[in-house]
Amino acid sequence: MCLGVPGKVVEVFEEHGLRMARVDFGGVTRRACLEYMPDAGLGDYVIIHVGFAISKVDEEEARRVFEFLAEMGDLREAGIPGGATP
Amino acid sequence: MRFVDEYRDADAARALVGLLARRVTRPWTVMEVCGGQTHTIVKFGIDELLARGVELVHGPGCPVCVTPLELVDKAVAIASTPGVIFCSFGDMLRVPGSSRDLLAVKAAGGDVRIVYSPMDCLKIARENPDRRVVFFAVGFETTAPANAMVVWQARRLAVPNFSVLVSHVLVPPAMEAILSSPASRVQGFLAAGHVCTVMGYEEYEPLAERYRAPIVVTGFEPLDILQGLYMLLGQLEDGRCEVENQYSRSVLREGCLPARRQIAEVFEVCDRKWRGIGEIPLSGYRLRPEYRAFDAESLFDVGAIEVAESPACRAGEVLQGLIKPNQCEAFGTLCTPERPLGATMVSSEGACAAYYHYGRFREAAPSRR
Ligand code: SF4
Repeated sequence: MCLGVPGKVVEVFEEHGLRMARVDFGGVTRRACLEYMPDAGLGDYVIIHVGFAISKVDEEEARRVFEFLAEMGDLREAGIPGGATP
Repeated sequence: MRFVDEYRDADAARALVGLLARRVTRPWTVMEVCGGQTHTIVKFGIDELLARGVELVHGPGCPVCVTPLELVDKAVAIASTPGVIFCSFGDMLRVPGSSRDLLAVKAAGGDVRIVYSPMDCLKIARENPDRRVVFFAVGFETTAPANAMVVWQARRLAVPNFSVLVSHVLVPPAMEAILSSPASRVQGFLAAGHVCTVMGYEEYEPLAERYRAPIVVTGFEPLDILQGLYMLLGQLEDGRCEVENQYSRSVLREGCLPARRQIAEVFEVCDRKWRGIGEIPLSGYRLRPEYRAFDAESLFDVGAIEVAESPACRAGEVLQGLIKPNQCEAFGTLCTPERPLGATMVSSEGACAAYYHYGRFREAAPSRR
């Protein structure tokens, strides 16, 4: 039930005094409430849960697992067993 | 889909499994709290990829599974009341009450509707002024901002025919109940990413310290879970017990402040009963007095409901990580997703249903307790 799906904000509008958006999930768009994400705007990726944006995806942080793996690969090639903790 | 597909990359997953195998030197027992994570773990077979001796036990993080039987019965009674439109998230419809579920009410002609968002109910209420519209507001902290907004909006727009049947539960008190139980074997937690997206993780810091149990806030995709496990098992190996954040692309330490403010505006903390576990102090939300006009429990007098669970069902032990679903005698025989005895077999996030759907019932059950 706590599923949240990342989608891209493609339209922002107001309805009954609430900040709303149309959010694109890989080709399917749905309405969502942006009231809790005042900083999120067009082009941003937000996590939507039951029709509400609860966070904005931090694109830099999103790369961390891949950077970590690349780093561990480098460390292993350098012959350091186990590498470092993230 | 962006921010989903890349976290399912098979090569990266294999690399993480390899790193984990090298990092782990001793057996450990850790719990993933959230049912969504249980689902990913069982679906992708992450539990089977792990180094020998690392055991994942499945936690109570499925709101559908822990909603008390009495409340399901109340929902059934309200939904059966003439003139009511009863709205619910889809996964609550098949949760067995003591005599029937919401789907049976619908089949018998009751107006039970599945909604995607709580806001849909407000629209239904405004379009049907002569009917009473009730929303079954279940969920963890993740769903609380949405449920708080709909009640706040109902008061602001003065929608008198709308109310909510609230069954909100909170994760940290349940984690504490598990940690403080003498039967618990849990040495560390993968905390639920979207619960922390809303609430942050400050609350976990005293828990980690008091019980000397590391906690890693973790996302839902396979790579998230593998990296979360790498961080958690690394802490255990090093003898650390900190709160770390694997899911930093979505979670801030303080959570989502506007959402937390709205929750605090509408809800207050109360004691809650958890299905299969029992009452946990200060583990849920109820409406604040200013919003009681929207409280379906006081608006609909459905009488005191006393119920007993199926004696065969061991969902309480499953939810606390004390047994695995396939250690229950009824699993896959008396109890199946088509004829569930307990809520953990209904919801796709329930551990029993996950084991059933992904074929774990074919395995020889581990030693029975
Ligand atoms: S398999 Fe069915 S009866 Fe057994 S614990 Fe799970 S839900 Fe209950």
